Amino acid sequence: MSRYFTRLKKRRVYSWIGGPSFIDRKLKHMFYEGLCVKTDGNANTGCIRPGDYILIEGDEDRSYVAKLLKLYDDGTGTRSSKHAEVQWFIWFHEVPQNKRKRLGRDPHPNEVFLYEIPNCDSDIDAETIIATVEVQHLEEDSPFPAAQSQENPLYVKLSWDGKSFSPVNLDLLLQSGGKPVLPASSHTDSLPKPDLEVSRGLTVDSPSRPTRSARKHSSTSKYSQSKELSDRQPSNVIFTPAARKKLQLSNSVKPPGSKLTRDDVLAELLDEDRVVSSLEAEVTRRRALASKPSSSPSKKPRDLGICLSPIRDGQITQEHQLANGIQIGPQLQPEELVKRTLKRESGAESTEGETPSKRKGSIKKDAPLDILIEDGREAGGPVVVMTPRSRRKSAQVSSARIRQQLNYLNRKQSTDFDVDDDEEDVFLPTKKDLKSSSEEEEEEEEESESITGRRGSRSAVPRTPRSSRKAPSRTPAKTPNKTPRRTPSKTPVPRTPRTPRHATPNIPSRTQPARKPGNVLEEARARLHVSSVPESLPCREQEFQDIFNFVESKVMDGTGGCMYISGVPGTGKTATVHEVIRCLHHAAEQDELPSFCFIEINGMKMTEPHQAYVQILQMLTGQKATAEHAAALLEKRFSTPAPKRETTVLLVDELDLLWTRKQNVMYNLFDWPTRRQAKLVVLAIANTMDLPERIMINRVASRLGLTRMSFQPYSYKQLQQIITSRLNRVRAFEDDALQLVSRKVAALSGDARRCLDICRRATEICEFSRQRSGSGLVAMSHVMEALDEMFSSPYITAIRCASVQEQIFLKAVIAEFRRLGLEEATFQQVFRQHLALCRVEGLSPVCMSEGLATCLRLGACRLLLLESSHRDLHLRVRLNVSQDDVLYALKEG
Amino acid sequence: MSKRKSKETCLTHGECISQTQTMLRERFCHQKIPGKPFGVESQHKHLLELLKRTAVHGESNSVLIVGPRGAGKTMLLNCVLNELLEVKHVQENVLQVQLNGLLQTDDRIALKEITRQLHLENVVGDKVFGSFAENLAFLLEALKKGDRSSSRPVLFILDEFDLFAHHKNQTLLYNLFDVSQSAQTPVAVIGLTCRLDVLELLEKRVKSRFSHRQIHLLSSFRFKQYLEIFKMQLSLPEDFTDRRFAEEWNQNIKSLCEDRSVEDVLQKHFCSSKDFRSLHMLLMLALSRVTVSHPAIKPTDLLEASRLCTMDSKANILHGLSVLELCLIIAMKHLNDIYDGEPFNFQMVYNEFQKFIQRKSHSVHNFEKPVVIKAFEHLHQLELIKPMEGPSVRTQKEYQLVKLLLDNSQIMDALQKYPQCPTDVKQWAASAFG
Repeated sequence: MSRYFTRLKKRRVYSWIGGPSFIDRKLKHMFYEGLCVKTDGNANTGCIRPGDYILIEGDEDRSYVAKLLKLYDDGTGTRSSKHAEVQWFIWFHEVPQNKRKRLGRDPHPNEVFLYEIPNCDSDIDAETIIATVEVQHLEEDSPFPAAQSQENPLYVKLSWDGKSFSPVNLDLLLQSGGKPVLPASSHTDSLPKPDLEVSRGLTVDSPSRPTRSARKHSSTSKYSQSKELSDRQPSNVIFTPAARKKLQLSNSVKPPGSKLTRDDVLAELLDEDRVVSSLEAEVTRRRALASKPSSSPSKKPRDLGICLSPIRDGQITQEHQLANGIQIGPQLQPEELVKRTLKRESGAESTEGETPSKRKGSIKKDAPLDILIEDGREAGGPVVVMTPRSRRKSAQVSSARIRQQLNYLNRKQSTDFDVDDDEEDVFLPTKKDLKSSSEEEEEEEEESESITGRRGSRSAVPRTPRSSRKAPSRTPAKTPNKTPRRTPSKTPVPRTPRTPRHATPNIPSRTQPARKPGNVLEEARARLHVSSVPESLPCREQEFQDIFNFVESKVMDGTGGCMYISGVPGTGKTATVHEVIRCLHHAAEQDELPSFCFIEINGMKMTEPHQAYVQILQMLTGQKATAEHAAALLEKRFSTPAPKRETTVLLVDELDLLWTRKQNVMYNLFDWPTRRQAKLVVLAIANTMDLPERIMINRVASRLGLTRMSFQPYSYKQLQQIITSRLNRVRAFEDDALQLVSRKVAALSGDARRCLDICRRATEICEFSRQRSGSGLVAMSHVMEALDEMFSSPYITAIRCASVQEQIFLKAVIAEFRRLGLEEATFQQVFRQHLALCRVEGLSPVCMSEGLATCLRLGACRLLLLESSHRDLHLRVRLNVSQDDVLYALKEG
Repeated sequence: MSKRKSKETCLTHGECISQTQTMLRERFCHQKIPGKPFGVESQHKHLLELLKRTAVHGESNSVLIVGPRGAGKTMLLNCVLNELLEVKHVQENVLQVQLNGLLQTDDRIALKEITRQLHLENVVGDKVFGSFAENLAFLLEALKKGDRSSSRPVLFILDEFDLFAHHKNQTLLYNLFDVSQSAQTPVAVIGLTCRLDVLELLEKRVKSRFSHRQIHLLSSFRFKQYLEIFKMQLSLPEDFTDRRFAEEWNQNIKSLCEDRSVEDVLQKHFCSSKDFRSLHMLLMLALSRVTVSHPAIKPTDLLEASRLCTMDSKANILHGLSVLELCLIIAMKHLNDIYDGEPFNFQMVYNEFQKFIQRKSHSVHNFEKPVVIKAFEHLHQLELIKPMEGPSVRTQKEYQLVKLLLDNSQIMDALQKYPQCPTDVKQWAASAFG
């Protein structure tokens, strides 16, 4: 409870970073490359960019995990106009409870699963994003790394497709993500961990960012002009404050979303130069700051190994890493940027011509890719797409590329997620460094690169190296400005699983197993027990089909709806629904149907109507909460869009028990299915057909809708069929006996339970009397006896078995009634009659106390209806049996 | 020498008697019947078979034992349970839950009690943790987890079953019956009630889940069997420590049964009620008269016991009243006669009393009004008179309407037996109108 509110209390302010990078005019969507999240009470702001792994406000106090794919504004200007497209990941607890065991092991507390259920709604409100989070991909069989202090990255090993867990298909991850994870991530995992740290160290290069983002901005604006990359997403870089300021400056030149003319671009580029120069100043300043650590790479530029070694050492402290990053960064930038801008100016046309070729890989490629490609071309970038041209380009700037590849190698060794940040680092090393790298290594790298690259480009799937390289995006979180913010937001993520209630409900098991039925009659009795689930439900085919179709269609469409099922007790309502669900589950297992989760509540099995919320919540999520809290949580759950949620089928048995004066429980139960996002199908069961009209207020009845179904009481033929099907060729009954039972029950109530109980009792009677009669079959006489036992009124026997005084008292009651002409008399009056009758019968008269005791005894077994006995003499007496019955019973006796 | 010997026998005699009394008292008060209960063989067999099936086969069942008070329902059930638990593997497997509608007055308490008796895991020591809703969910979950073949069957014994039907929504009954009709932990729900119309109390969906098995215990025996029961109840078992004493005792009981006056007493008792409890009451009273000096039950003991049993309690109270109070009662009797049972108030009674004092009385003092009021209040405290309105209605004490809770016959009987009753008072009581 408290956790829940603490999170809500923090208000976050969301703003776009920079102007729209691309505008979809048709949809009026403006795509952005970053979202800035500012939390109240926290001076720091966090930046989230496509490719980042993010936490999204989820149910209750748990957040969702997803990878951000796109950010856009739908232009409506409302508060919720910010949208994001994501690739979902799910926590283990989001997997439906009944399927959790399919994992086959205990989940790591920080484990998430790639969510691979197609056509789930991946569009979310950007303002539900909480923060970024680090997600690492692990091989399926590799162990989870020991928990690092503070840093608690999430791990993804498997994907969940709604039915089973399977190893993460990187292709799929890339495809859906559009943001490639490092293609060779699998082998990087096996590399020693320290490298991971190295790459992290490299990522922490704040000074490099300004330049890069600025550069990228310019390039993106150029692309947006060509409007080619509709789903291009900004890179995952985190801006340092300085950089952001710069960007905003440049943004102010043109209003966001406005179409860029070529002149604009030029102006922008010129602008950028300015930015670059100003950045240069800063960079130099920073370099000065970081001069000490920086010495290592610059002093030993020839040897890559040496260049890396200090970083490896430096992994212990973040500051050190940071210093490294800084130190590497600035050295290269100035020249490179200048070079790049120059090139861009000259080759603006050519780039435009080039883009289509780049795009053909896949639409999912996002902006940074292209930027990267371009950058790669200029700065000897990663052999991204192995188009001849880029190859040529890269050859031209071979040394730079070599350098980059070396870096890339390092990155590859690190976790896949860090790669993208390393991407930035690629540009950082000085030319000297580049040249320093040994030829062999270079060759090697290039080869591996190009292989992957080629493979990527060949397969139409967007599993190009670039895209794979893009995925990493997350590390920016490590930038100094972000760290303080991130840690708090991160802490809730690796939440230890809630300690379950120590008490487990169970009944101790027996020492010896129960005995199996021994003979035909016992076998028949076992089959006739109401609890034994029949193979199929006879006589309810039509109802079964109707309910099946209803639920199936709703599950198929992922919509919600209500159905009201009525019928007298024992007509198979609940059994039919269970049967439907069993079939649907079967269908879902066979992949004929999207999987769904079924929960059941029963109005009788809760102490008061509001407990319904608690039970639903517990069954949905396993949480325990008070009724009000549960109601709030469910309300939230069913009103917030959660695309990957599977349809919930809720069976509400004994609906009338959920009636409250305000009817809010019923209202909610029928209101939730009407919500678009809820995906809730409610099947409500009650006994009375006109329940909606009788007890529901209009708004509830209206929400329940008109999908009604009524179960008629079974006819005798149906009952007979039910028994026969249950017996399933176990011959225990004579046909006549069966017919008698079914006719009798059909005439009385049509309750199948009653029918089965009578049959069961008849088998017992048959067993008792078997010694006497030879036949092993249940005959008419047995059934008659059972029927008598169950349906005959015990009153007459009771009167016959009563003591003499009790019988006289009953007579006296009747006599007094006749005298008074009323059906009611006081005890005093009756007692006078009683004394007189005693005299007539020749019995010694009883005293008042005894008379009263007699009277009360008759009252206790309800032959008489009495007032409470404190009224003594004046207590009023009425008969609970008809006078004729009394006289009949007494006459016979 | 002879004196010492006699003292010794006397001592052993006393031990024998105290042993006998302990044994018989146990029978009368704890329903520890030697052998099977009498006259209910078929019911016994039915119930035993039913419970056996639950215990051995894991078949869920529900049954109601219906019979008037004192008909031996609990006796039958205990007898069956004892027999059932004699089988070793049944005893190891069966769990019992005993509930009483008079103790578990609502489902909350009943659930706690069930949980406690089942020793589920939310029980620590004797305390049950969790709210009502949690307890219910927990219990249902526990029962749901079990299955026919592997869980220990649970016998739910609901004494005063009809009172459970008055619980809100009949939640407990619904759930117990529902479990008994579904493939969960095997349970047997055994209800004991004296109400013949108990099924009408059940809500229709609860009723549908009940198996409708009813075992009726309607003591249908005749007087001959009643005598047998009487003999059986008083006889000492063969394995009594002192054989000789037991033989003597049993011989005495046999002769008692043949005694004419004893038979009359028993006949009268049998006429008034057939239940075992009233018979036990009678025997208990007779037994308590047995001492060392009076080592056997004599017919007079039974007569005396019978007299005590059948005494009119209100007439007894009348014997202890003062003459003034008696006069007031007589005045009220006359008022009843005059106004045909209409209620009266103190002032009317006082006027009537005054009339008697002034006209007829020679021996009774003319008490002052406050004294008379005091006497009137005493009658009220003894509940011989009852105010018509509740205590909430504020009227002056003298004018509060009351009714007499005595019949004329009772008053006349009491006057006959009243020690030293003034004759003028007796005459006044006998006279037709004041």
